Amino acid sequence: MSNVIGTPLAKIDSWDKVIGAAKYADDMNLPRMLHARILRSTMPHARIKSIDTLDAEELPGVVAVITGRDVPIEYGILPSSQDEQALCVDKVRFVGDAVAAVAALDVETAERALQLIHVEYEPLTPVVTMNEALDETRDAIHSGEHADHHNIHKMVALEFGDLDAGFAEADYILEENYFYQGNTHLALENHSALASFSPDGHLTLWSSTQTPHYVHRALAKTLELPASRIRVVAAAIGGGFGGKTDPFSHEIVACKLTMLTGRPVKITLTRQEVFYCHRGRHPVLMWVKMGVRNDGEPTALHFRTMLDGGAYGSYGVASTYYTGALQTVTYKIPAYKFEGMRVFTNKPPCGPKRGHGTPQPRFALEIHLDKIARHLGLDPAEYRKQFIVDDKTKTVNHLTITTCGLRECIDRVVEASGYGSEKRETRNESQESKIENQKSKIKIGFGLACGSYLSGAGLPIYWNQMPHSGVIVKVDRGGGVAVFCGSTDIGQGSTSLLAYIAAEEFGIDVRDVRVITADTDLTPVDLGSYSSRVTVMTGNACIQAVRPLKQKILDAAAEKLLVPAESLSFRDGEIICEDDDARRLKWTDAVVLTEAKHGTLSGTGSYKPPKRAGPYKGSGVGVSPSYSYAACVAQVSVDIETGQVRVEKIWLAHDGGRALNPLLVEGQVEGSVYMGVGEALMEEMTYRGGLHKAPSLLDYKSLTMNDMPRVETFLVETNDPEGPFGAKEAGQGPLLPVPPAIANAIYDAIGVRIDETPITPDKILKALEEKEKGRTARFGPKNFPNAPYPEPLHVEPPEDAPRLERKKG
Amino acid sequence: MLHLPPFEYFAPCSIADAVNLFAQYGDDAIFVAGGTDLYPNMKRRQFTPKVLIGLNGIDGWRGISNGNGVTIRAGTTLNRLSDHPTIRQNYPALATAANLVSTPQLRAMGTLGGNLCLDTRCNYYNQEFSWRQALGFCMKKDGEICMVAPGSPRCWAVSSTDCAPVVIALDGRVRLVGPRGERVIAAGDLYRDDGIAYLGKTRDELLTEILLPPPDGTKSIYLKLRRRDSFDFPILGVAAALRFASNGEIENARIVLGGVGSRPLECVESARLLMGQKLSRELIDAAADAAWKPARPLDNTDSTHSYRKKMTRVYVARALEALSEK
Repeated sequence: MSNVIGTPLAKIDSWDKVIGAAKYADDMNLPRMLHARILRSTMPHARIKSIDTLDAEELPGVVAVITGRDVPIEYGILPSSQDEQALCVDKVRFVGDAVAAVAALDVETAERALQLIHVEYEPLTPVVTMNEALDETRDAIHSGEHADHHNIHKMVALEFGDLDAGFAEADYILEENYFYQGNTHLALENHSALASFSPDGHLTLWSSTQTPHYVHRALAKTLELPASRIRVVAAAIGGGFGGKTDPFSHEIVACKLTMLTGRPVKITLTRQEVFYCHRGRHPVLMWVKMGVRNDGEPTALHFRTMLDGGAYGSYGVASTYYTGALQTVTYKIPAYKFEGMRVFTNKPPCGPKRGHGTPQPRFALEIHLDKIARHLGLDPAEYRKQFIVDDKTKTVNHLTITTCGLRECIDRVVEASGYGSEKRETRNESQESKIENQKSKIKIGFGLACGSYLSGAGLPIYWNQMPHSGVIVKVDRGGGVAVFCGSTDIGQGSTSLLAYIAAEEFGIDVRDVRVITADTDLTPVDLGSYSSRVTVMTGNACIQAVRPLKQKILDAAAEKLLVPAESLSFRDGEIICEDDDARRLKWTDAVVLTEAKHGTLSGTGSYKPPKRAGPYKGSGVGVSPSYSYAACVAQVSVDIETGQVRVEKIWLAHDGGRALNPLLVEGQVEGSVYMGVGEALMEEMTYRGGLHKAPSLLDYKSLTMNDMPRVETFLVETNDPEGPFGAKEAGQGPLLPVPPAIANAIYDAIGVRIDETPITPDKILKALEEKEKGRTARFGPKNFPNAPYPEPLHVEPPEDAPRLERKKG
Repeated sequence: MLHLPPFEYFAPCSIADAVNLFAQYGDDAIFVAGGTDLYPNMKRRQFTPKVLIGLNGIDGWRGISNGNGVTIRAGTTLNRLSDHPTIRQNYPALATAANLVSTPQLRAMGTLGGNLCLDTRCNYYNQEFSWRQALGFCMKKDGEICMVAPGSPRCWAVSSTDCAPVVIALDGRVRLVGPRGERVIAAGDLYRDDGIAYLGKTRDELLTEILLPPPDGTKSIYLKLRRRDSFDFPILGVAAALRFASNGEIENARIVLGGVGSRPLECVESARLLMGQKLSRELIDAAADAAWKPARPLDNTDSTHSYRKKMTRVYVARALEALSEK
């Protein structure tokens, strides 16, 4: 072993990023390249009566103009939601929907040509809010085949165990409405795509995508080309967070334009267009009803969600299920009913953003638990610890818990922050005394919340029996190792991880491993960087690819050293006999011997998650090889006169299994905290009549460096049997507890509940006014719309799920 | 990425040359100093000048010198201004305001003159061309009506300069040089209550100097309301300057609000209440209340207008409290 795993190491691509050598899609230029721009709808909802492109075509410097008729085939990330067109044919569904595209000699000309395209629209009544979406007198945004009912995209209802019995057993039942506002990924790199079509019919696309494999499939479908002649390469990516996980209009348009013109075509989106592409966090309205016994033990949970999906399906069906799937994996819940609904509105489509569909219900649930704990006079931390799920059990909705380090996570953040203890009182004073002026107007509070996330979706996006991740390892006779994998590194370090694993296994230096990723011609399929799947899945595939190779090398070395292969191990660039370390071979010599004996040295590995989906429709969402856990304490200061909140400090403990590189795991935690604080306090996608109010980095508010709290991170390293070297996920889970911890801390500070995000100063002042007037000290949604949720599907819980013990009657 | 429209760029070496060039190109020309406000606006097509007259090469364009008080040349960068010992010592509100503009990078380029002439802002206006096209364009650029107050005959874009309220509160004056000669006007007269014609200077006049009177014991402060601790324009700015007599009575008082109207708003009634009085809790509350009443923020910046109005009272009170402690 070379002690790579578990060691804090720089990412293998960090130098390229630091010195500017990394090539992002927009950095690439090809000879004879054209620049393309897309004309976008100025209407939120309208029929396209006509498009006249003649004037644009005649502008000198314009090479091609296309409209929806050139690329009419519908696509979408989910097989069940093939509701997008690269350029709209009959209808536009939001301001920003793509309508036509121009390829020209330079960007300025393409931009000018857009103004010469004349589109005649027949306006339709826009559907902007969820309530409007439920109003059947409004025009339907999609035809019937794409929606469950009128503007209701998807409806689900599932009931696990006996909900009525659960509520009957409860001593206390709390019902409340919550709202989590939509927000966007805000990756620093704008999406960019460069396409090139060769005269012999080969198409290559370089793109800032998290999912080259799914883009590959969408291109084959929409361009009617054999997939074998399409190559998709993910360029260096400047942040994704889920925003580059769909196949996008501009990718298909760049490809179509290069096919028509025979010249390479590049499209780089403006920031405004990135806001229009969106696929970010769904706004979710929630109604929660929870029953507990006097000691707080949950007896039943009823959770209802309504998602504002925007104009297209995207991942929405999965998002809908995700708003109900993971409520059960933290605390023992013996009876659970989930009702979810996603509606279409004339706004940019929502999709997956870090935590996909789970930060919203987690926000509601963790505030709800805080309220229950306070009502029962229990310490919110101790309260939660009593009912944490056990290792090697199942949840009421058939999810399998392998390892759960949540109890230790809570202990770590409580201890470090002094949450709920005397230590905290002194901390309060020391904090307050630092603030000059208006001391009495600044209130300090502490809040706690937990969360959990999956380590990779248990099922692929399209149904198939093939591996989710493939790795090829090649060992060169010079000792170099090359690892090939379809995975995309969006900054999280997944490429480096493959190098670490190969180096660890072969006992060599990380610098002797080269990793080739995300190229559909060169690398075996990996489904992409989403659902926190990459470490677990590519890691396992890599180990599987490496181990038979190792055996071959050991056999060859054993023959040479005249010792049994079992006595040999890989260490520090050598193969060494553990019984007699005078018997050793240099790694490079061993490789030469092995190649001489076996021929070219390569190995392949595949990974498919264990089959664990429960026996019901919809059980595929939420199932995963393992779950990460996180606990967070937030310390806030609230100015009761201005309503301004400052998050002073975040303590966050994360059980991501074994940390293969603790530095990268801590980075993921800090990044998640950054995003979580921003979502809690300021980030929001807001619209006026379907027009985005603030599609710019200045006006869409996210934290600046000055607003970022101090973060203290704790890694709780369970050793998960499903993970490579015991690893679970780290990229998304740490975000989940942050917003509710902040909301709970604000309550601790000033005694008001803000049951929706973002928690802005004016909402705080309004809640304080309510409190002063003796009304409910709360700001949040007051009711839940009357919506036609279907009859639930009743599902029997598995044997080893939490059981409702009948104590009453 | 957004691209600049094409333009011709001149770099005159003297103020006279700059003014002459402007006279030559007139409506097609715009003066540019740091460019931190103008270039982003040009990328979004709020302005498409054929000619830019760059001022940074003018001899004596930057610098701070003593006279009767202090003279700040218009091209002095905001960084220089906020770091300058005399400014920090004698006009702390100005140093604070300059240091709160946007980000460190932009303060390295942005100038005091530029900040004083900052285009008024509105979230119906500071958007890309295609966005404004979707909206139907507002009267400030390419359209007919004011989107925030459709019944209004005028534009309600918001004065968003941090430095203007301070310069007015400090009783500053500005020197304007134009083809008809030069004049010095009170800083308050540089502004008009109109989102489009927001400057009280003609387009061909160049703002060259900012003149501040001797501090004479005046205490000053600037407080800024915004969502984040960097980057953002003020959605409320409060500049307050008080001069106390030796017995503690206020001899001179000026409170000026930014970010709540198309021009910096001078709280005359608050000042009247303060004059000749000693600061007390009651007086501070009364002055803050008097400042709150005329503030009329509209729904065209970040945050809600009711919140911004509410904060006027709080921020004015806090400014006065802070000055009473100094």
